[in-house]
Amino acid sequence: MSSLEQKMAAHASSLQPELDAEPDASQPVLSKPVLSLRGIEKRFPGVKALCGVDLDLYPGEVTALIGENGAGKSTIVKVLTGIYTPDAGTLSMHDEPLQVTSAQDAVKAGIAAIHQETVLFDELSVAENVFIGHAPRNRLGAIDHAAMRREAASILKRIGADIDPSVRLADLGIASRHLVAIARALSAQASVVVLDEPTASLSAHEIEEVYALVERLKAEGKAILFISHKFDEVFRIADRWTVFRDGELVGSGKISAVTEDDLVRLMVGRDVGQVFPTRTVKPGEEVLEVQNYTHPTEFSGISFTLRKAEILGFYGLVGAGRSEVMQALFGVTKPSDGAVLLDGNPKAIRSPADAINAGIVYVPEDRGRQGAVLGLPIVDNVALPSLQTLSHRGFVQMAEEYALAQTYTRRLDLRAAALDQDIGELSGGNQQKVVIAKWLATKPRVIILDEPTKGIDIGSKAAVHDFMAELAAEGLAVIMVSSEIPEVLGMSDRVIVMREGLIAAELSGDDLTPERLVREAAGYGEAA
Amino acid sequence: MSFLRSRETQLILAIGALIAVVAWRFPAFVAPGNLVNVLNDTSPLILLAIGQTVVILTRCIDLSVAANLALTGMTAAIINVAMPDLPVPLIVAGSVVMGAALGAINGILVWKLTIPPIVVTLGTLTIFRGLVFVISDGQWINAHEMTDAFSALPRAQVLGLPLLSWFAIAGVVVFAAIVRYTPLGRAFYAVGGNPSAAVYAGINPGRTQFLAFVLSGAAAGLTGYLWVARYQVAYVDIARGFELDVVAACVIGGISIAGGAGTILGALLGALFLGIVKNALPVVGISPFWQLAISGAAIVIAVIANGRAQRRAGRQILKREAPQGGSLRPEPAT
Amino acid sequence: MSDMTTGAETRIIPDRLQSRFQRALGSWEVLLIAVAVAVFTFNALASPFFLNAWNLSDATFNFTEKAMIAFAMALLIIAGEIDLSVASIIALASTAMGAAVQMGFDTPALVFIGLATGLLCGAFNGLLVTGLGLPSIVVTIGTLSLFRGIAFMVLGDEAYGGYPSSFFWFGQGYVWWVITVEMVIFAICGVAFWILLHFTGFGRAVFAIGNNPTAALFSGIRVARVKFTLFLLTGLMSGLAAVCLTSRLASTRPSIAVGWELEIVTMVVLGGVSILGGSGSIPGVALAAIIMGMVTFGLGLLNVPGIVMSIFVGLLLIAVIAIPRLITMTKAKLS
Repeated sequence: MSSLEQKMAAHASSLQPELDAEPDASQPVLSKPVLSLRGIEKRFPGVKALCGVDLDLYPGEVTALIGENGAGKSTIVKVLTGIYTPDAGTLSMHDEPLQVTSAQDAVKAGIAAIHQETVLFDELSVAENVFIGHAPRNRLGAIDHAAMRREAASILKRIGADIDPSVRLADLGIASRHLVAIARALSAQASVVVLDEPTASLSAHEIEEVYALVERLKAEGKAILFISHKFDEVFRIADRWTVFRDGELVGSGKISAVTEDDLVRLMVGRDVGQVFPTRTVKPGEEVLEVQNYTHPTEFSGISFTLRKAEILGFYGLVGAGRSEVMQALFGVTKPSDGAVLLDGNPKAIRSPADAINAGIVYVPEDRGRQGAVLGLPIVDNVALPSLQTLSHRGFVQMAEEYALAQTYTRRLDLRAAALDQDIGELSGGNQQKVVIAKWLATKPRVIILDEPTKGIDIGSKAAVHDFMAELAAEGLAVIMVSSEIPEVLGMSDRVIVMREGLIAAELSGDDLTPERLVREAAGYGEAA
Repeated sequence: MSFLRSRETQLILAIGALIAVVAWRFPAFVAPGNLVNVLNDTSPLILLAIGQTVVILTRCIDLSVAANLALTGMTAAIINVAMPDLPVPLIVAGSVVMGAALGAINGILVWKLTIPPIVVTLGTLTIFRGLVFVISDGQWINAHEMTDAFSALPRAQVLGLPLLSWFAIAGVVVFAAIVRYTPLGRAFYAVGGNPSAAVYAGINPGRTQFLAFVLSGAAAGLTGYLWVARYQVAYVDIARGFELDVVAACVIGGISIAGGAGTILGALLGALFLGIVKNALPVVGISPFWQLAISGAAIVIAVIANGRAQRRAGRQILKREAPQGGSLRPEPAT
Repeated sequence: MSDMTTGAETRIIPDRLQSRFQRALGSWEVLLIAVAVAVFTFNALASPFFLNAWNLSDATFNFTEKAMIAFAMALLIIAGEIDLSVASIIALASTAMGAAVQMGFDTPALVFIGLATGLLCGAFNGLLVTGLGLPSIVVTIGTLSLFRGIAFMVLGDEAYGGYPSSFFWFGQGYVWWVITVEMVIFAICGVAFWILLHFTGFGRAVFAIGNNPTAALFSGIRVARVKFTLFLLTGLMSGLAAVCLTSRLASTRPSIAVGWELEIVTMVVLGGVSILGGSGSIPGVALAAIIMGMVTFGLGLLNVPGIVMSIFVGLLLIAVIAIPRLITMTKAKLS
């Protein structure tokens, strides 16, 4: 606990001088920014996603935007592409003020984005995907398919993509789809290109293609915003860096004037305002053992143990396979190999119902889709996984149902008007409390919490943290999947870091530092 | 290879096999005159199926097409009886407009009030059918009440084909052109395939669905006139239940009910398949009462085939080089 | 954050915002009761023949058989699926019974065959939807043609008759005075489905699946099994309706109950069940069935043909969904 504070404080102080120094002040300004953002603010109910951030993008240069999950990276992309309108702040292009209130505005202004989840149309051809919305027409006003294929071919050739423009998109792999999305961005004659984690799900060879493409775009004088988690690629292709943390700009400058360690520290460094609960109960005997859990496409060779009263953290980049492992443990997906032992006895888990009966529960990350049934009352939500025990000869005992809901919502300090209120009417934090309550009501032995504080306000976060500590103290074995470094450090007894579907490291004690986490997760630790 | 896998190719092969089997035993079936008959018989189904296709492409369904056909057809007949001097081309144009207007009612309810299409068209199905009764007072309009010009048009022979067939051919050409060569046509696929991405591409999904219903309605309206004029009779129950044949033709033709996938050619082939089955049954001596069961079985088989084709692999997290099974790292010490 | 069990922080959340009675007052069912009363009053004033116990008793045949299926269909639609093949199941079950009569089977065996055929058809639908993961709307459009098509294959333009006289009890019998056997079956089914949907764990699962199938699966509900059971139930009720209808008509034609599927879906939606799944109630469906039956009967007394009545039903179907949406839209625009 106190050691964590020291670590954090150390980072904060070491960062200060760098922040004050204007990194490129000594060098002559070669070019003026194409696009400038000043004081951009964006609020959502209960969360401030962006608090007055600035961003400059220069022609022929790649600016890398770095930050943890929830730092505001995707929000700024959505502001740039007209999906969100900022609450305050200005955009300007070539010193002219710019209004971007719709997706079309952004396209007209010459801002093109390639999103994390490529949004394209499977049943249309590659050429049509590139040109949908602005297809070339012939004299009769009909879509000129030949011209469209020709132009698409030339754009694809320009970005070095060997793709037949008449092929149906559904027949392409992920990497090729990315290239099509990039071609689409270029077809609109963009001067600014936003790449949102373009290499996240690509193989090494495919990543090289993306790098080569970025080089070409640079040569064409485009201003590029490159969002990434991976330090090696940032140093390889970026000219400038910008770090966001908790919706604020914490620093920016030329990549040549910074080291990887600096960026890691900027990224994870945090005000020591967040206090985590003190944990006194030491982990007890082993409860859960997972042996060599393997899935054909998602993860491989996952082995670990979990003890009573222990909080085991799972850290990794988004898409590292953490949630997939947990969902397999919970019986949602089927592993191809491996075993689960509870108290030393093998358990066959083929469905969530089996997992719940065995005493393993999973609080999913996607609250709205997987956790809560938003159209049903709080009481029904809490009772849902316990229906068997609440039923007598198939009839739900309503008095017991309300009693159960009362007990657990009170424990979690839920704020609601009544238990028969629809859960959809509650705030995100309170919804999360109901979702946790519903799982606790099954009296589990092992509880898996997947990003338990994602998207909820600071107050509810602290309540969830306190509660997690309390559960562990009562002897529950807890697995916490989290992408927030302070949370992982502050809550876990031990941390497993996953990368690309494999266990990259298991860290505890003195090894458990922010730098180690980031390096193991990004794969930069092995190179060092 | 992808050519062989396409639904259209499979259907062409199936239709070819079907015709071959029938022709082997009953060569008269493939006489040109008979094939023209089959095409002509299937023309109303073709027209409705291509209209239904654009609606299904946008993730909707139009169950009101047969009722639209009946209402427009009855209206056309009543107008012909009341104003025998009105030129028939005007009646044809009027039927298209009226059908489109009825389709627009569906479309506006789906677009502006976001009512599920199945509920909207279930409602308008019963309303349109009821209105047929109201405007006709439940009476039949028979051949002798219609003018010769009115009932002769669909039968007029042009280049060896009746005009009814030419209308179906023209309908296929027009719809194929709309789908392939206009931004609206491509928007049908975009909206059905990925509505949220369509918004990013500057397409209004609701408006696109509205226009699909208008097109489907226009096809139904045209067919209404053609149907009444060809059979020379109009009554409340004409084409009752035909909407299910239409959906069947689309499903057999590979139009995905989930939207965004399918072609006009597929719908044409699906309709032809049903039409050939219907016409071949009496020839091979199978009771025509078998037709319904055969088309039902064809739908079920087509749905199962579509479902298999659409199953996709999940995303890949593990790199291909990664070992399958076995831990990369030593077991963590416990 | 403060300790969460300290007194000042902890609040007692009341079980219910409104009493059950208050909640019921503002419900869809109350509106339906009002409509039913209005229809009843209007009919009574418009025709001197309406308020006659025997006429009213006859009128119930307009809805009892359809309502039996509508109860099961309501559960299926609440769970996010649909079965458009129900009327064709009636045709096939009736054909099976008719064929059994020709082989000399007696009433108990006929009833068993009718119910079993319904159950098998339901199982076939359920297998295709839950086993192969196909969309129920197209699957059941296919089986709609298939099931009735088999009836046509067997019968062509013939009809089965010669049912034993004891078989007529179901569709033509009276339990007491004007109370028909079908009314009693309707009431028993209504109560059974009411209990099943609103008081059992199974019913809870149905609502949860309709609202959010993923969250339901993650909550340990065996989603596929529940949906399959619902298709079985819908098939079984269609078989029961086939027994009643065949008994009432005393014959089987392959065109029996044509078009009922759309009337049944209308009944369910009018009864307040969301076509998108997730909400609805059995009392609402029962009321909608009674209203539709009484409107048909009343208009019939006024010599208005049934098909004109269908215009009102169609308008009603769209209006009940459109009006609440229009109200929320105008509210949103005003604020």
